[in-house]
Amino acid sequence: MSPELINLIIQATGESLYMVGIAALVGTAFGLPLGVFLATSRKGELYAAPVINRVLGAVVNATRSTPFIILVVAIIPFTRLVAGTSIGSTAAIVPLTIASAPFIARLVEAAIREVDGGLIETASSFGASPIQIVLKVLIPEALPGLLLALTLAVVSLLGYSAMVGAVGGGGLGDLGIRYGYQRFMPEMMLAVVVVLIALVQLVQSAGDYLARRVNCRLRHR
Amino acid sequence: MKAASMNAHPSLAIGEPIDTLAAISPAAIEPAAIESDAMVRFEGISKIYPSYRGKPGVNALQDIGFAIARGSVTGVIGRSGAGKSSLVRLINGLEKPTTGRVIVDGRDISALAGRELRLAQRSIGMIFQHFNLLSSRTAADNIALPLEIAGWAKADIKARVAELLALVGIADKHDRYPSELSGGQKQRVGIARALATRPSVLLSDEATSALDPQTTRAILDLLANINRELGVTIVLITHEMSVVRQLAKEVVVLDAGHVVESGHVADIFTHPRHPITQSFLAEVIGDSLPVSLASRIVPEPSAGGQAVIRVQVRGAGAGDTLVARLARELGLDVSLLSARIDEIGGQHVGSLTLGIPLGISGGEDAVTRTLARLSQYQFPAERLGYVA
Repeated sequence: MSPELINLIIQATGESLYMVGIAALVGTAFGLPLGVFLATSRKGELYAAPVINRVLGAVVNATRSTPFIILVVAIIPFTRLVAGTSIGSTAAIVPLTIASAPFIARLVEAAIREVDGGLIETASSFGASPIQIVLKVLIPEALPGLLLALTLAVVSLLGYSAMVGAVGGGGLGDLGIRYGYQRFMPEMMLAVVVVLIALVQLVQSAGDYLARRVNCRLRHR
Repeated sequence: MKAASMNAHPSLAIGEPIDTLAAISPAAIEPAAIESDAMVRFEGISKIYPSYRGKPGVNALQDIGFAIARGSVTGVIGRSGAGKSSLVRLINGLEKPTTGRVIVDGRDISALAGRELRLAQRSIGMIFQHFNLLSSRTAADNIALPLEIAGWAKADIKARVAELLALVGIADKHDRYPSELSGGQKQRVGIARALATRPSVLLSDEATSALDPQTTRAILDLLANINRELGVTIVLITHEMSVVRQLAKEVVVLDAGHVVESGHVADIFTHPRHPITQSFLAEVIGDSLPVSLASRIVPEPSAGGQAVIRVQVRGAGAGDTLVARLARELGLDVSLLSARIDEIGGQHVGSLTLGIPLGISGGEDAVTRTLARLSQYQFPAERLGYVA
C-alpha cells in the first residue's frame, strides 16, 4: 500500500475519533442528566413528574426509532444552524450527538434503576435531599454500569460515524466506501475494517477495565 | 460554621437541629408533648394506601394511638403485613399518615416537608434488615455519608467516624468495603451510620432478621448498650419474639393494622390476652408436648395410670417449687412429664406437664384435689388426658 493511502487511513481515523469523541462527550452531557431524570421521575419516585417522564420517554423513543441515515438528512437545516455548515466532520457531530444522547439516556436509566431502592430510602431516612441522593448514592453506586453504558455508546457511535460519509462527513466509513467500494480497492476496505475492529476492541477493553476497577462489589470475592 | 459548632459541643448536637426547627416554624411545637415524657406519640393514626393500577387499596394502619417513652426500648411485634413497616416509617417521615399526627420529640413530624423534614430526620436514625450500605464506599465512608449530607467539615467527620467505629467495635474495618464484611459487621456499620448525627431515636427495621442467632444476640447486646450508654430511644420492629424478649422493655403487638395489646413486656407476655400475642409467646415457650408423651395420652383413665395435667406458669419465681409443694401438701407422687420455662422481662413464663397418680382403682380423687390446689395457688391448669 502506498504512503499516500496510508496517510489517507491515518487522516480518516483522526476524523472518526474526532467525531465520535466530541459526540460522545456532548451526548453524555445531555444523556446523563436525561437518563437520571427518566430513572427517577415516575410516580412516587425521587423527582416524581409522571407526565414529563412520559413525554420525554416518547421523544427519546421517537429519536431512537428514526434510522440514523434518515436523521442525518432530516436535520440538515438544524445542523447548518449549529455548525454553520452541513458538510464535513464538524457538521457530522451534530446528528451523531442527537442520535447518541437518547441512546445514552436509556442506558443510564437502566444503570440507575439497577441501584437497590433500599439505598434511596436509607439516604432519605437521614435527611438527604434528592440532589444529594443522585450525586452521593445513585451515580456512585451505578458507576460500573454507567461506564459500561458509555463504552457501548462509543462503540455504537463508531458504527454510526461510518454513515456520515453520505453527507461528506469523512472518517473511516467514508474512506471504505469511496476507495474500497467505488474505486475497487479491496485492500483499502480491508484496512478500514481492521482499523475499526482494533478501535472497538480498544474501547471495549478500556471500558471493561475501568468498570471493573470501580466495582467495589467484586473485591475479595 | 454549623458543622464545626456541632462537633465542638457534642452535648448540644442532638438539640441543635431542633432549635433550628423551632426558629423556622414555632407552630410545629406541641406544648403538651414537650411536657410529657413521650419521645414518640401516635395520635389517631390511620394509613391507607390508595388503590393503584387495579390493585385494591390497603388499610395498613387504623386507630393507632400510643406513646413511646423517652429512653425506652420498645418492640413493635407483628406478623408480616401487620403494618409494622408503615408504622416505623411514620416516625421518621418516610411515610405520611392518612389521618392523625406523629409527634416526635415534641414536633409534629407528619406536618413537616422539604428542608424542615430533612433537618428533623437527622435526629432520627434507622437501621435496616438488609443493612443498605453503599457498596461503593468503605465502612468509614458509609458512616461518613449522613455527616456529609448534614454538611459537617471534613476534619470533624473523620474524628466522628473513628469514634463511631470504636463504639460499634469494628475500628479495624475502617477501609473495608461492604463486600468484605460479614453480616454482623455490616449491621455494625449500619448502626454506626444511624448514630452518626447523634440522633435521639433509633429505629430498627427487622435489623437482625437476616443474621444467624449468635450474631443476632451480639447485635442486640450492642443496641442495649447504646440505649443504656447514650440514652437513645430505640424502637424495633420485628416478627421474632426472641428479639423482643432479649432487648425490649415495652412491647406493642400489631395485628392487621391495629394495636391489639401494648405495655410492659413482662405484663403482656405473662398474661397474653389476644390470640396473636399468645401465638408469639408459644414460639418462645412452645405449647406442644414431646412426641413420645403426646402419643401415649388417651382420653380414658386406667387403673394404676396417671392423669396428665398442664399447668401454666407466669410470674417471678413461679413454679420453682411447685412440684415439691404439691407432692408435700397433697402427699402425692407427682411426676414431672415435661416442662418448659423461660424468662421474659424478669418474669418466668412457661408450662409444666405433670403426671398425677390415679388410685389402684383408677379413681380421680387425687386429680380433683390437685386441680383444686392449683386453682388456689392461681395457676391455670387443664387436664390433657391420661397415660397408662
